[in-house]
Amino acid sequence: MSQVTQTLAPPVLDFRVTRSRRNVAWTGAVALAIVAVLAYFPYIFYPGTTAIMVQAFIVLTMASMWNLLAGYAGLVSVGQQAFVGLGAYFVLYLALHGTSPFWALPVAVVGCAVAGLPLWWLVSRLRSGYFAIATWVLAATIMLIIERFPSLGSGTGMPLPGFAGYNVALLTADTYWAGLAVTVASLLVIYLLLRSRLGLVLTAIRDDEVAARSSGARVALARMLVFVVAAAGCGAAGALLAIDQLQVQPSAVFSVQRTAEMAFATIIGGIGTIEGPIIGTAVFIVLQQELAPYNAWYLIILGLVAIGVALFAPRGLWGLADDRLNVRLFPVGYWLRFTPERTISQGAETRRQRMH
Amino acid sequence: MAWVNAIIQGVLTGGLYALFACGLSLMFGVMKVVNLAHGDLAVVAGYVALGIIAVTHMPVLWSVVVVVPVMAALGYALQRTLIQSALDRSVLITLLVTFGLSVVIENGLLQFFSANTRGIGVNLSLITASFSLGSQVQIAYLLVVIFAVAVIVLLGLQYFLSASRYGRLIRAVADDREAAQLAGADYRHVFGIAAALAFGTVALAGFAYGMYSQLAPTTGTDTILLFAFAAVVIGGLGSLWGTLLGGVVLGVAQQIGAQINISYEVLAGYLVFLAVLVLRPQGLTSRRAQT
Repeated sequence: MSQVTQTLAPPVLDFRVTRSRRNVAWTGAVALAIVAVLAYFPYIFYPGTTAIMVQAFIVLTMASMWNLLAGYAGLVSVGQQAFVGLGAYFVLYLALHGTSPFWALPVAVVGCAVAGLPLWWLVSRLRSGYFAIATWVLAATIMLIIERFPSLGSGTGMPLPGFAGYNVALLTADTYWAGLAVTVASLLVIYLLLRSRLGLVLTAIRDDEVAARSSGARVALARMLVFVVAAAGCGAAGALLAIDQLQVQPSAVFSVQRTAEMAFATIIGGIGTIEGPIIGTAVFIVLQQELAPYNAWYLIILGLVAIGVALFAPRGLWGLADDRLNVRLFPVGYWLRFTPERTISQGAETRRQRMH
Repeated sequence: MAWVNAIIQGVLTGGLYALFACGLSLMFGVMKVVNLAHGDLAVVAGYVALGIIAVTHMPVLWSVVVVVPVMAALGYALQRTLIQSALDRSVLITLLVTFGLSVVIENGLLQFFSANTRGIGVNLSLITASFSLGSQVQIAYLLVVIFAVAVIVLLGLQYFLSASRYGRLIRAVADDREAAQLAGADYRHVFGIAAALAFGTVALAGFAYGMYSQLAPTTGTDTILLFAFAAVVIGGLGSLWGTLLGGVVLGVAQQIGAQINISYEVLAGYLVFLAVLVLRPQGLTSRRAQT
């Protein structure tokens, strides 16, 4: 009897579900080291370099948030400038009332998250392409409303107060550290979100929305959460933009160019991966710096490259690299790791021992 | 009386907005493509018209006869190449590609033609002529002509889609692409035809706006695309006559807003759009829920 069950038993396959093919401990350590080195930058580089880095932080924060929306939740928003603008205006408003702009930044983040809720309620009635334009109309509407307030500089905007008596070198360094903090926090929040249950729900929606719904995934809730997080993140980027530029101008902060920047950086780097926007931002900043004397050319070239990448290499530069390297800097997926044959027989051995 | 005037002006500008909207609506209805470069292409059409007029010195209105076929051909070509290959991949890619196209066109125009605004046919008597209704209502002939053109375009599209052979093909492909393919229709070609039609109306929209107001590189997005979209949503997705109603509602809302305070013009239109989105997300004419 025992013999029969032995032969009929299914082959024993031992496997473990892991987050990464390789050990993640070292990537964590490397990430920490990189942040530490980046934090040291203001002591070793000229303000010109850190100013470019601040721009990179702003673009990376925006791109990561846009990637969360479009790459993970399937929400293509072309109106994220609404939150960039709101973030900048929150800082301006608080600075006009005596708060330090740096302290106003976290308030702007919370403010944008709160504003994100009713705005989601409005735009979530439309899908895909129409959702995209609806967010755009929303951004235009918010700009038109803010321009009605002379106390906020009406249509021309105004310089950001609150830095009187601030040492210039210290201001540059503080702006840099604020940018670094915002970027690290954004990436960390996205990473943890995607590793949580929400990440699983989003993956399920991406693969098959109907199946996800029928298995009880709360699709609407997941999307709302993503929209609110992206609102907060873009608000942080807008607050940084105000602090970096030392002025807030409605046509600049509410420009659709903000969304173009985040979308192009994401697509070129690789949409749907956390690493993509980082690569994309690097490409973006290099192109922007190189083509700076040629006005709008950097956006034209970036746009053409983004179209080409979207059509011919939809996983972006990171996708191309990943095909060869199989590395995850931010392991948010799952791997099935089969244990080698030796362990299989060992497993079978222990099973048999248990049966006796 | 000022309010009556505002409403009449609003209804007439509604025709212009319907003209903005029908290309967007057609592309979505047939191919499920939301063309984010819609408005920028209209501006391109306006600039092409200006170029043709400047080079050949042909009468302003005759340039329409050239611009519409040129844009229709461009529409067919773009659909068969860029848009089709994006569609073959996914809806997401299609959106990204048309958004990229929009940014490229807008900044290209900015780079080559500066941010200056340009009007089409500024010396024409049609642009300035108007007639009076009562003592306070002045109606520009141009707006009446544009309204008439919009109605004719919508009637023509309606007739074409319901009665002509190609119209039937387009509807068949829009309903069930695979079945139409099995019955021998080359859906890619049919999509191209639909895009050509849509781009023809886009050319008319750009030309009409260039005469009615001024064209600048940013007009394509901040005016044409957004107004077109608001008209489509207000009227009800996928309905051609709903588009006219949506355009009229948007136009009236803007003119009433402008009557209160000139700087409320655009904002008032968007607020009505948002109100429709909240109260009647399927639009004013559509009975079926939008998916």
